[in-house]
Amino acid sequence: MPEGLAATHDHPSHPALQHHFENMEQQREAGTLGMWVFLVTEIMFFGGMFLAYTLYRFEYPAAFVSASNHLDIKLGAINTAVLIVSSFTMATAVYSTQVGRQRTTIICLILTMILGATFLGIKGIEYHDKYNDHLIPGQLIPSRPFAPEVAKPGDTDPHKLHLIEGATVQNVQLFYWIYFAMTGMHALHMIIGLGIMTVILIMAWRGKFSPEYHAPVEISGLYWHFVDIIWIFLFPLLYLLGRHLEGHG
Amino acid sequence: MEEFEIPKQPGSNYLNAEYGLKSWLLTKDHKRIALLYLGAISFFFFIGSLYAMAIRLELLTPQGDLMQSSTYNKTFTQHGIIMVFFFLIPSIPATLGNFLIPMMIGAKDLAFPRINLLSWYIYMIGGVITIYALLAGGVDTGWTFYVPYSTTFSNSYVIATGLGIFINGFSSILTGLNFIVTIHTMRAPGMTWFRMPLFVWAHYATSLIMILGTPVVAITILLVALERLAHIGIFDPAAGGDPVLFQHLFWFYSHPAVYIMVLPAMGVVSELIANFSRKNIFGYKFVAFSSLAIAVLGFLVWGHHLFVASQSVYAGMIFSFLSFTVAIPSAIKVFNWTATLYKGSISYDTPMLYGLGFIGLFTIGGLTGMFLASLATDVHLSDTYFVVAHFHYIMVGGTLLAYLGGLHYWWPKISGRMYPEGWGRFSALIVFVGFNLTFSPQFLLGYMGMPRRYHTYPAELVSWQVLHVLSTAGASILGVGLMIPLVYLAWSLRYGRIAEANPWHLPGLEWQTASPPPTENFLTTPIVTHEAYEFAPPEHKEVVGKFERQQPAET
Repeated sequence: MPEGLAATHDHPSHPALQHHFENMEQQREAGTLGMWVFLVTEIMFFGGMFLAYTLYRFEYPAAFVSASNHLDIKLGAINTAVLIVSSFTMATAVYSTQVGRQRTTIICLILTMILGATFLGIKGIEYHDKYNDHLIPGQLIPSRPFAPEVAKPGDTDPHKLHLIEGATVQNVQLFYWIYFAMTGMHALHMIIGLGIMTVILIMAWRGKFSPEYHAPVEISGLYWHFVDIIWIFLFPLLYLLGRHLEGHG
Repeated sequence: MEEFEIPKQPGSNYLNAEYGLKSWLLTKDHKRIALLYLGAISFFFFIGSLYAMAIRLELLTPQGDLMQSSTYNKTFTQHGIIMVFFFLIPSIPATLGNFLIPMMIGAKDLAFPRINLLSWYIYMIGGVITIYALLAGGVDTGWTFYVPYSTTFSNSYVIATGLGIFINGFSSILTGLNFIVTIHTMRAPGMTWFRMPLFVWAHYATSLIMILGTPVVAITILLVALERLAHIGIFDPAAGGDPVLFQHLFWFYSHPAVYIMVLPAMGVVSELIANFSRKNIFGYKFVAFSSLAIAVLGFLVWGHHLFVASQSVYAGMIFSFLSFTVAIPSAIKVFNWTATLYKGSISYDTPMLYGLGFIGLFTIGGLTGMFLASLATDVHLSDTYFVVAHFHYIMVGGTLLAYLGGLHYWWPKISGRMYPEGWGRFSALIVFVGFNLTFSPQFLLGYMGMPRRYHTYPAELVSWQVLHVLSTAGASILGVGLMIPLVYLAWSLRYGRIAEANPWHLPGLEWQTASPPPTENFLTTPIVTHEAYEFAPPEHKEVVGKFERQQPAET
């Protein structure tokens, strides 16, 4: 940021330059900083849930391990890979806009959206599995209250809840509450992200972007990466911690 | 001081550039949006005041003769919710801040004009939902929504009110985001960080709290609503949840929110004290950095709301200590304002009366906060009228006075008209007297043990009733004092003397353009060559106006 000096030299005015900015550089800087500030807000928003997760994990470690072991680690891992690849295609889209390759931009944006939709689809399958196993917490769905079947010792039915010593069904419910709150909020952000990508794709299609004007792609990219990073934290916290205790279930 | 060229009154200003309802409701001009906020906030302030009057009337007598306890619960809850979320938090930032920050740093608008308008609509949607909840049956949890009462036992409109506050929070986040980006990227050439008026610094610090704190209360209220809806048990001890977690999350925002309310007020007062003393502020950087220090420390003290809520005594000691440290930057400000007054050419215009009132009342409010930050005394004073009096000294005596002072000070710039000075001073005095009469008896009541949130008290305690009568009498005087400006400010819009561009003869950038300003604030982007509050050196005495700059005596 130029210290206290909005650059004043005259550019021929770009059609996308809004009236209250001096030049495109100032406009891009403002937009980018705005998104960063917004992401800080988002971190605090998710932070409340991370705090609740930490607190209850310390309070009820056995229940959290049992509940975590019931999650489908394969689907979770696939989804993690899907999102990491989508971050790569997004980064490529930003780069190709900066260097003015419109075709590559469009392809990369479409790929990013397909990967995002894939993630949501897999998440939907996981949610449906939980629904089948009666693991939707509380009366979130009033006709389907939380009532998982607890496996007896020796029973290996994967649809039943395998409790390790010290875990109670009620505390498992707390885990699932946090699981649905965090992944649900994350999925909501993915859906919003897909909406943003649609707008960006249309703009790219119409040739709005150029090396002089690529801020919207860059800013949307920041958002997309942020949503990915949230998942990078959610996956180990929800799926992986305590996996090694599986055998004791 | 180098003289700025003040443009001749242009034919077009932001008020007459366009006409019609649409030109207001779809405006992207920060000045018009500030006026939209001004109207909405005044409305909510009026509603909140009605609840306050009802509370004071009920407490006039020891018996519950005006309302039942359940009605009273709703009355104080709704007073708190309306005043905190819909008046105090947006008050100065969304009106004066919105109007002035771009002008003070020489920008044409905030960085994101559309987001600025969006924030007003979000505020209105949140407000409408909250008003709906109040009309449908109200809410009785106290403005703090403590669980498990709010999640399990209350039979009032908790979800609707929570939704209103949740939505309203985003307007605050967007305002903060807009201010931060504007201050970083939109400063005029030469407007370095340390040439910015302290009003801007205060709003920068406020914005940091808005973007860091508000999302936490948003998710907290969302969790309360979901828990109430689906009985999930995240805060419900019966299901393994922890109700104290709610208090931690709630106060993590709501204590810093106090600084959202008072930091902008401090920014206004810094302007008033320096400009009406016609002196550069004493210790500019200390005042600027103390705003940031308050914002940072404000995030580390929330636990002092949990001294009697099962928090560990060691955590209590740390939070108590940290709460005391907030007094340091606050005291820096008070001392620096006082030092600025020293040998200044003070003029006692209405804004300055409010500014001086702020210093006194904020000091009382702050010092009584020390009583509450001490572990031992807090056990005695917690949940008594002492707490009520303490935070009203900060919020009414602090924020409201500064808001009124700022509104008078910038009224010529906002409206293009002067308010009647005599009425202004008169009402400032009435407000000051009424305020003190309302809330100083409450310190005594609290010390004697009167709990907050009760609508009755023992009839045999005559001294309690005497104090309550005094308090209600003061509230009536305060009410009159607040009605007078409403009338004469409205009157001045039509009949007030036409304001010149720089009626107070001040160096601030916002005064170096027409009153009211043109839509883009300045005809050409200003180039800043001076610090804030740089009053003219002696050879330029004539431009300072009717007050001569006093030279410090040679020693």
